[in-house]
Amino acid sequence: MLSRTADNLYWMARYMERAESVARILDVSHRMSQLPGGQEAAREWLPALIISEQLEDFERTYDAVSAGHVIAYMGLDPANPSSIHSTLKAARENARAERNILPTEVFETLNTTWLEMRDIQYARLVEWGFREFFEWVKERSQLFTGIVAGTMLTNEAYHFTRLGTAIERADNTARLLDVKYHGLVPDDEAATDEAADYYQWGALLRAISAFKAYRMTYREAIKPRQVVDLLVLRRSFPRSLHACYAEIHPTLETLRPGSECARLSGEQYARLRYSRPQDITRRGLHRFLTDFLNRNAALSEEIARTFLFVPGG
Amino acid sequence: MAADGPVFDEMTLADGTVRAPYRTYQAWLDRTDPGLLARRHAQADLLFRRMGITFAVYGEANGAERLIPFDVIPRILSRDEWKVLSKGVCQRVEALNRFIHDIYHDQEIIRAGKVPAELILGNDQYREEMRGFKPPGGVYVHIAGIDVVRTAENAFHVLEDNLRTPSGVSYMLEDREIMMRLFPDLFDACPVAPVNHYPTTLLDNLEYAAPGGRDEPTVVLLTPGQFNSAYFEHAFLADEMGIELVQGHDLFVEDDTVYMRTIEGPRRVDVIYRRIDDDFLDPKVFRADSMLGVPGLFQAYRKGRVTLANAIGTGIADDKAIYHHVPEMIRFYLGQEPVLANVPTWFLRHDDDRAHVLDHLSELVVKEVHGSGGYGMLVGPRATRAEISAYRERILADPANFIAQPTLALSTCPTFVDQGIAPRHVDLRPFVLTGKKTTVVPGGLTRVALRQGSLVVNSSQGGGTKDTWVLER
Repeated sequence: MLSRTADNLYWMARYMERAESVARILDVSHRMSQLPGGQEAAREWLPALIISEQLEDFERTYDAVSAGHVIAYMGLDPANPSSIHSTLKAARENARAERNILPTEVFETLNTTWLEMRDIQYARLVEWGFREFFEWVKERSQLFTGIVAGTMLTNEAYHFTRLGTAIERADNTARLLDVKYHGLVPDDEAATDEAADYYQWGALLRAISAFKAYRMTYREAIKPRQVVDLLVLRRSFPRSLHACYAEIHPTLETLRPGSECARLSGEQYARLRYSRPQDITRRGLHRFLTDFLNRNAALSEEIARTFLFVPGG
Repeated sequence: MAADGPVFDEMTLADGTVRAPYRTYQAWLDRTDPGLLARRHAQADLLFRRMGITFAVYGEANGAERLIPFDVIPRILSRDEWKVLSKGVCQRVEALNRFIHDIYHDQEIIRAGKVPAELILGNDQYREEMRGFKPPGGVYVHIAGIDVVRTAENAFHVLEDNLRTPSGVSYMLEDREIMMRLFPDLFDACPVAPVNHYPTTLLDNLEYAAPGGRDEPTVVLLTPGQFNSAYFEHAFLADEMGIELVQGHDLFVEDDTVYMRTIEGPRRVDVIYRRIDDDFLDPKVFRADSMLGVPGLFQAYRKGRVTLANAIGTGIADDKAIYHHVPEMIRFYLGQEPVLANVPTWFLRHDDDRAHVLDHLSELVVKEVHGSGGYGMLVGPRATRAEISAYRERILADPANFIAQPTLALSTCPTFVDQGIAPRHVDLRPFVLTGKKTTVVPGGLTRVALRQGSLVVNSSQGGGTKDTWVLER
């Protein structure tokens, strides 16, 4: 398989997952802003920009942080390469370049999604409801992963597609979990106000589609340590870091046994598989997540090197 | 041969008799509900759209993708007609291959005084870099598209030889696919020669063209990328042949050997079916600003480490000025009489010809020597007085850049249009392949000018396509 093909499929999946990720990040901010005391726009919307590393660019265009500005920038702005608009377009362009090897439905669903996205303006979004828009983006992304699972041969093309989804998803979950560090609630378990905790962690779990999973797994009130357990260490929750690496590591071992990227992913996988919640909270969740995000990005670079995505290699 | 003379219709003679190749079709049409064609027409449109068989039109906003209109009524050729046509186009391509070899070697045809030297050496399609180089098997043109028009029962003329990167063959194949899907009963009644072995034949020929000593050669198709107007065709052919569809940056050259970047590491490439013009192939030798090509490719090619199909420098033979000499080439190289006639051509660089043409602009078709795609031409009988006088200025500014031909009364073929079934002008592009020998798949691309009276069949100018049937008996 051509390296470019692998690269396009990997990024097709990453961009699609990233669109979903941005929708989830906006969704959690939106939910938080609707909680009591959440009317101070900046406090609820600033973290969305920080965790997605878009604050600096945002400030170049907008003078104040508000719900409207953040949603317009992260959702609709064609000049922002990480907006939902831009990532859905990029996913479609990557798929279009490889449409001869993708099942017809994969290209067609990405094409339809992009054609609809292209026509969405801010005014229409207000009329539609922000929540409805986030749900639509999540649905289109879920449709994509479902069609990939349901129609693609499990060959190299499939592996690179899944790899893109899993690596982007791990990045997304880690960033969302880090919302806590960025001023939503004190980063100190002892000092928590239980009611605030319940609603804020609840909003986070809902945005990440983990609320029910939490209830079914723990059957008790929301406790930060258990949220960390679910979103980082639980193999059974499909958006947890562990679940992502349970797919990434064997995939890389299949594609290139014994390679540096297989080793890096194996190292991460072992950590996620055998760590305990207290191992993470003891060192501080933010520190853990920062380290994880760096390693996850390093793995992505190593994949590019290994499979010659970079011309000149 | 003037346009206002009688027009030959492929299906029905002036006295109302249906011509033999169309008799079975006419009988089918007579017993078929008239609404069926309309329904099938709509269905075909949907199928093409869903399959994404589109082309991009240069100059349209955002490189918009458009469908080429497809007509549900086939263009039918009898076995005997095809015998003449296939013999004629193959003969032509054989002579053209010999000509290109000669031009880049001993130039015997120039020394024999059959082709003027200045037409060759002063031509910007002439590639001095190719002097003394012989590609494997001496084949330069592996794939040719020969444009043929018909003006009467036994009058076929070659309008143009396309020897660089001819396109349109995917429509020949997809049109057939759609027709067989929409009208299965017609194929039961008519013995239509199949065309779908084209990709296999092409792949065989490309493998045959590999540099010597390469057992299982790796063949790839080099495309300028998804924004090229013919990208669909590139992807389609790569898919049909089961070969990689590559872009310039997927390839690199090391030690005069071409490799493609794969996830398993570099893999050697032996044959490149390139759909990129010479100018863009290698920024080290041709246009330095080309982002589409592969640096070092030409050197690897000259050293015989990789084969390009078609070869570099074939443009020297499909120039509209060289065209005039093809019948002479056939006599010179093959010792045969041409089976297919040329269209009479005036060269505006000659004083006599120019005087004649300028006096008769309203009757003639005038084209640029290097033009293609129907752009920049004047169709005298259909042009306004203002258009003609503007074109006259262009000619006078650079006469050598123009040729003129009579306005041919292109044959018509019944076509399904808004008003029902009506005659529309057609041409034909058979695709001629050369490997061990020169062959042509029985059929081709029939292009149809959908506007009433229009003679311009190019897809970029609103032309459509038809399935082309060659009857086996």
